[in-house]
Amino acid sequence: MNFKFTSYCLSAGIKLLLIFLILAGCAGDGQRRERKADFTIDISDDLFEDLVRVKQIFYSLPSPLETAMILKSSGAGYNEDLLNPVGNVTRYMTNRSMALNLGIYTTDLSYASLFDQTQTCMDYMDAAKRLADNLGIIDAVDSYTLERLEANLNNREVIMDIVSETFMNSSSFLQENNREPLAAMLLVGGWVEGLYLALNLIDIDDFENNPLAKRIIDMKLSFEIVMLLLESNSQNDDVADLMVEMGSIQDVFDKIEIKSTPIEVSKSPDDQVTVLRSQTVTNIDSTILRELKSIVAAIRNSFIS
Amino acid sequence: MRPLLAFLFLAFILTGLSQNAEGQCKGFARRICKLDLESFIHDGNYHAAILTEGEEAELYKTFYADQDYRIAICGSDVLPIIEFRILDNQRNVLYNNRDDDYRGVWDFRLESSQQLMISLKVHNTDNPGQERASGCVAILFGFSER
Repeated sequence: MNFKFTSYCLSAGIKLLLIFLILAGCAGDGQRRERKADFTIDISDDLFEDLVRVKQIFYSLPSPLETAMILKSSGAGYNEDLLNPVGNVTRYMTNRSMALNLGIYTTDLSYASLFDQTQTCMDYMDAAKRLADNLGIIDAVDSYTLERLEANLNNREVIMDIVSETFMNSSSFLQENNREPLAAMLLVGGWVEGLYLALNLIDIDDFENNPLAKRIIDMKLSFEIVMLLLESNSQNDDVADLMVEMGSIQDVFDKIEIKSTPIEVSKSPDDQVTVLRSQTVTNIDSTILRELKSIVAAIRNSFIS
Repeated sequence: MRPLLAFLFLAFILTGLSQNAEGQCKGFARRICKLDLESFIHDGNYHAAILTEGEEAELYKTFYADQDYRIAICGSDVLPIIEFRILDNQRNVLYNNRDDDYRGVWDFRLESSQQLMISLKVHNTDNPGQERASGCVAILFGFSER
């Protein structure tokens, strides 16, 4: 990992504390100001600029919809047997299991929607609504959303918009109501489901020319962000436990090497879109893929059971 | 006892105000920023916060090969210019919207998947004596089927 997140977070915390102390020192009446004159702190302009420049840090994982899109664009097929059955929804009683499985169901919903599985979409939207309601998420899926979905079952674009809105409603509600650990678990549940689907949709005995294999390797990059997201919420016991569980994926990803050439920025000759050009060399074999598949299946099984 | 009650009351009010302001960011992201994605499909992720002039934010995300992406960054009207840069994992700058008249959107695709960082900063208005403006800033991602 090349970015220095941990040290940065620490320094941001120290900056916050310093700002608080400075502000606390500044806030007061006249008497205080007199006393303050006895005790002065010299702060250079650069340091002051640095103090007020408090940074907000976001870790962004591929959303369920993006994950499903990556699966589809890599040539993966549709296999309904891989989805977490909607009948399982009644099993999820704890906040942890509800958040993880809301992520899982939203990925399944996204996957089904991209393959035009209309009835499955309805079923998974119902399951997602139930979990969102049980988590106290207000209006993640309201009656208007369900009516709009029913009226547009043959319009994939509208369905994708509904799925995207639903996910945004859930994650933003949790983030904005000081329930960030649950928002993180929602994202991680969706991420694990995406990796589970990918590993079960690829033929491990014949993966060399399969674009899906590249996307599975790419999950190593987003896995780093998964762990950073969990770490930033690790004061929560459920998240701390989840970090330990997810650590077993780290051991396998460590066996995969990704080497990239420096990125060159250029314009595509056909549509003038900026293209970030670089070549990547990776090493992966069927043994690593099998190991990854087995570990991810075990983790996902612990989430859904 | 009275100071404690006053403190609790103040904390309650401040928490309520803060949540209300954050809630407005969600509405802002949905109603205003999402429009900037135009024909791109919003991925559903939500990244928004209230930032004050001079403040910065960073976002880390893996972008996948062979997908067309749009990054849309927008801020409330009360905020001055928002500058954003896209950096690779060696912190090389790949794009700076300063070179593009501080445009709020950037479209791109990648030949190979990469973890990138989006770094943004709300500029200062340089009005001495005036209170620094604060407002919602949202970062949204859209993609399109190729």
